[in-house]
Amino acid sequence: MAKRMFFERVLLWSVGLVLVVFLLAPVLALFMTSTLSELGAGLAHPLVGPALRLSLVTTSISLLIVVLLGTPLAWMLARSRGRIARVIELFVQLPIVVPPAVAGVGLLFAFGRRGLLTGVVYPQSWALAFSTAAVVMAEVFVSAPFFIQAASAAFRRVDDKLLTVARSFGASPLRIFFRVAVPLSAPGLAAGAAMSWARSLGEFGATLMFAGNLQGKTQTLPLAIYVGLESDPRAAQALSIILISFALTLLIVMRALLRKVNGAGEAPF
Amino acid sequence: MIVTELQGSRQSLSRRAMLIVTLLFLIVGCRNGDPATETSEQQLVVFAAASLRESFDELGLEFQRSHPGVKLTFNFAGTQELRAQIQHGAQADVFASANQKHMAELVRAGELTQPIVFAHNEPVIVVSLESASQVQSIADLPGLARLVIGAAEVPIGEYTLKILERASLQLGADFSEKFQEKVVSRELNTRQVLTKVSLGEADAAIVYRTDAMSAGERVRVVSIAPELNVTADYPIALLKHAPHPYLARAWLDLVRSERGANILQRIGFTTPARSSEVP
Repeated sequence: MAKRMFFERVLLWSVGLVLVVFLLAPVLALFMTSTLSELGAGLAHPLVGPALRLSLVTTSISLLIVVLLGTPLAWMLARSRGRIARVIELFVQLPIVVPPAVAGVGLLFAFGRRGLLTGVVYPQSWALAFSTAAVVMAEVFVSAPFFIQAASAAFRRVDDKLLTVARSFGASPLRIFFRVAVPLSAPGLAAGAAMSWARSLGEFGATLMFAGNLQGKTQTLPLAIYVGLESDPRAAQALSIILISFALTLLIVMRALLRKVNGAGEAPF
Repeated sequence: MIVTELQGSRQSLSRRAMLIVTLLFLIVGCRNGDPATETSEQQLVVFAAASLRESFDELGLEFQRSHPGVKLTFNFAGTQELRAQIQHGAQADVFASANQKHMAELVRAGELTQPIVFAHNEPVIVVSLESASQVQSIADLPGLARLVIGAAEVPIGEYTLKILERASLQLGADFSEKFQEKVVSRELNTRQVLTKVSLGEADAAIVYRTDAMSAGERVRVVSIAPELNVTADYPIALLKHAPHPYLARAWLDLVRSERGANILQRIGFTTPARSSEVP
């Protein structure tokens, strides 16, 4: 019996391992086909510096926007049981499943020069497409849902009894939000922020279509990789290695934070 | 709960696992009898510069009339992107490029047979309808708010930089700099450049005459003075490892035929006198 269980376990593992090998191969290939000196030469390529700086600046700004606007929204979504809240939740999650190229076209048709909102909500001369602001907008659009989803999940775990107690002591809704809900959900919020940051750092399609491709202004790391592959593949590889290292670090941090929250270390994503 | 369920269905689980393994073997085993090899001559894959879209689409209709049943697949993209794809092993039969440089590099890499120039194109200025009245010549472009050009790796971008260099000799040393200050995006193929102007997102751009003609009434076209302008050469070549060399040669013959030249000219290209081989 034990022997048979062992055999079956090995069988299931070996079937699963096919997928593991497939998922690992591109990552290993990026690291193994490069040497340190090649990595150095790739990083010295003129594409790299401006793209790295731009990506860090724009993703920091978009993360700030997502957290500042997304935290109250996630809290309200987590507390409300109404149908309207569920409909809002649905539309807030939509960018997760919408292809980035669709996001790019949509942003262009909303905020471009002949866009729906241009000239109505703000003056024509403010047209936002093809600027660094457009990069941030694309990043916010694709990454906000990841934060909101994680933040609502964290807020839903806050014990109702604690909130009732706080309320009975006369705490206002704002005070409850800042002094009870946010501190109790901090690890979950941080994990959501990490996930959201990773997504905006990798944003490519919407940026290319809505913000264009201009070094130092709208050419982020993924765009530099795309251009680099056609001019200097070593630079593209070096940038890819940087991004993978970033992503891996973020993932480890996120999992550690979530383990703190629910003990089991299971990511809700 | 889950544990008991698992134990209850352990028998069927292992059976399922066996089924999966068997299926995997079947899939792997099928590779030998690939049906694609039998019909390989019934397909033609053409990689072509983005600016060739209309002309090759039309040539494709012509080709299909003389080769019924052949499946014709186009890959239109920036020439530099197609070159990268071919270098990374993309399967194609024919490569048509918007400049000599990328073609020459693939020839040097041993990927292509001798290329032949089959068409010439002319860079022009396209202006959005909103800014149409403000542009009479290239000298007016730095006065606009937003310009878009091709990236330096893209043929149209390379031609644009050459034109700016020449214009700087005539219009002042800082012309190119002033022009590029107004550039908001360096797009990765000529069609993306054109789209930004036809959508009104950019005021003006430099694209090929053929692109400008394809946009019809959505943009205004301003020619570039001949002494500042360059000619874009379009070479075409077979891939050395073309899976369908017979059809590839037929495509080349069509492109260089009188009928092919007529189609190319109607779309805005000029065509060379026959048999202008690249050394």
